[in-house]
Amino acid sequence: MEKLLKVNNLHTSFYTHVGEVMAVRGITFDVEKGEAVGLVGESGCGKSVTMMSLLRILADTGKVKEGSALFEGRDLVKISNQEMLKIRGNEISMIFQDPMTSLNPVFTIGNQLMEPLLRHKRMTKHDARKKAVELLKLVGIPEAEKRLSQYPHEFSGGMRQRVMIAMALACDPKLLIADEPTTALDVTIQAQILDLMKELKNKISTSIILITHDLGVVADLCSRINVMYGGKIVEQGTKRDIFYNPSHAYTLGLLGSVPNPKTLIKERLKPIDGQPPDLLKPPEGCPFAPRCKYAMRICEIKMPPYFEISEGHRAACYLNHPYAPKVEGFKGRGRE
Amino acid sequence: MMEEKKSQFLIEIKNLKKYFPVKKGIFKTSSSYVKAVDDVSFEIKKGETLGLVGESGCGKTTCGRTILKLYEPTSGKIIYDGKDITKLSVNQMLSYRRKMQIIFQDPYASLDARMTVGDIVGEAIDIHNLMGKKERNERVQYLLQRVGLNSEHANRYPHEFSGGQRQRIGIARALAVQPEFIVCDEPISALDVSIQAQVVNMLEDLQGDLGLTYLFIAHDLSMVKHISNRVGVMYLGKLVELAASNELYKNPQHPYTQALLSAIPVPDPDMAEERKRIILEGEIPSPIDPPEGCRFKGRCRFAKPICSKENPVFKDLGGEHYVACHLFD
Repeated sequence: MEKLLKVNNLHTSFYTHVGEVMAVRGITFDVEKGEAVGLVGESGCGKSVTMMSLLRILADTGKVKEGSALFEGRDLVKISNQEMLKIRGNEISMIFQDPMTSLNPVFTIGNQLMEPLLRHKRMTKHDARKKAVELLKLVGIPEAEKRLSQYPHEFSGGMRQRVMIAMALACDPKLLIADEPTTALDVTIQAQILDLMKELKNKISTSIILITHDLGVVADLCSRINVMYGGKIVEQGTKRDIFYNPSHAYTLGLLGSVPNPKTLIKERLKPIDGQPPDLLKPPEGCPFAPRCKYAMRICEIKMPPYFEISEGHRAACYLNHPYAPKVEGFKGRGRE
Repeated sequence: MMEEKKSQFLIEIKNLKKYFPVKKGIFKTSSSYVKAVDDVSFEIKKGETLGLVGESGCGKTTCGRTILKLYEPTSGKIIYDGKDITKLSVNQMLSYRRKMQIIFQDPYASLDARMTVGDIVGEAIDIHNLMGKKERNERVQYLLQRVGLNSEHANRYPHEFSGGQRQRIGIARALAVQPEFIVCDEPISALDVSIQAQVVNMLEDLQGDLGLTYLFIAHDLSMVKHISNRVGVMYLGKLVELAASNELYKNPQHPYTQALLSAIPVPDPDMAEERKRIILEGEIPSPIDPPEGCRFKGRCRFAKPICSKENPVFKDLGGEHYVACHLFD
């Protein structure tokens, strides 16, 4: 399949008064046309910063230091601001995490929905309004015409998230970036939103990057998953690789932290002890080593290289080394 | 464990109601009410964890707070260890406040930013005049260690801690006065998955060591199932189903419970693809003056004419599996 987006060795840092915070430290992944890719990791692992780097919406202190992000041949890191304006919200759009604060409270929903249409598609107001009604219907908001002239505070959380999705879809983007689109919502509404995204992927073949810390959310929607930790991608593969053949100690830990859906017997959870690393002084070796039960001496000294477990499935963990001790539940092992 | 007391229940709730008036107009007269908790009854056994689940706005938090009398109940009875505490005055409540504590949802908003961690944890000890200064400081240090923090953290301020650590501080505060009963109001929903497991394991350990009784309120159904002995499902102020947690998850009876359970995202690709989701149309309606009859009827797949006329009664289907639905008349 054709690659829509190819991110290569991307580094992003924030220059703060206490020093350089290396939020993203060299990540490489790609997205195919019409595919949903998951980016999983806990808060502070750099998943949102990666996406903000792609769209160039970082705070003033943030800067992409190195690397490239090819979107249909155009490098998003290098192109001019003028060109970026044409891509952002048009070819690539983003759904933000918090539907309660991402809409502008002083403009009507219609106003905010029509903005990308007027700007990018140069529609007349009349046409834009018609399209906005269609969009609201597409995302399942009843009485769309009436709702257009209402303000965000008149919408519930689930409805606002739908409006955000409608807005992101306004210009039929090639790539939709969804940053924790459902964490603020109830499970029933979450299921509705995920189904909606799935439908859109199949219907208008939009590619999706789904950012989340909830493994349950990616298991359904995404075909491939990247697991991030401490500013690096520590494991990538198909969802079956990640769930049934986890080959990084962190992935194994994440899967052990949630109750097993298959058993009705009460098992004790196996949490990952400790805290994520401080990216002001990122560790030299594997960022996960201080929290890892299986850490060896080499893990603290040297960042492990990627071990190829099978085609497209790779993990940066020394446990895959032929000389590493055997670990329960760990099936990995591959070539460096 | 404890000596034999009057009943095996620590908490008994009977027909509890909490209505909030909606004030309108220049005279602020209230013509309608938000029926946040409407005629809810259940018991919690000693040493048990009762889970309470439902969508936001279903009244689960209000229910937890009303049991602690943080809200004055509109009607109904709250019986704590055989004694009716519904009508107790603020002063009379004081001795019960020591036994009943709460852990709040948002670890960022529930700690006073101007107090040190030591003062936050020790405040309740001071209020109840339980200990001298030296003893109190020792107790605070012990508590911080108990929840996995360092004793020197007592002199720091909340902003120096991460979300998971703050939630630990909140738990230490609840434990300070040696309570018997703790309402855990979504204690993990603001935390990362790996940290959630740490906090849940700690809550389980504390329960085992100190013989605590929990009311665990959450919307994360898989965690609730994990931690609870029994689980109650709330919808729009009503308790619609209550059963042992395995029974409820294996054999849900109420159409709402079935839909709610089918919406849980499963962290397993094969299971996620196989299973059929029951999509609930629409959203939870407004609890302001809800209509007669079953409150779920507007979204229910099986709604019958009787559902809009009569309120379904909460009845036992056998084996302490309670459900309120006309399908089982």
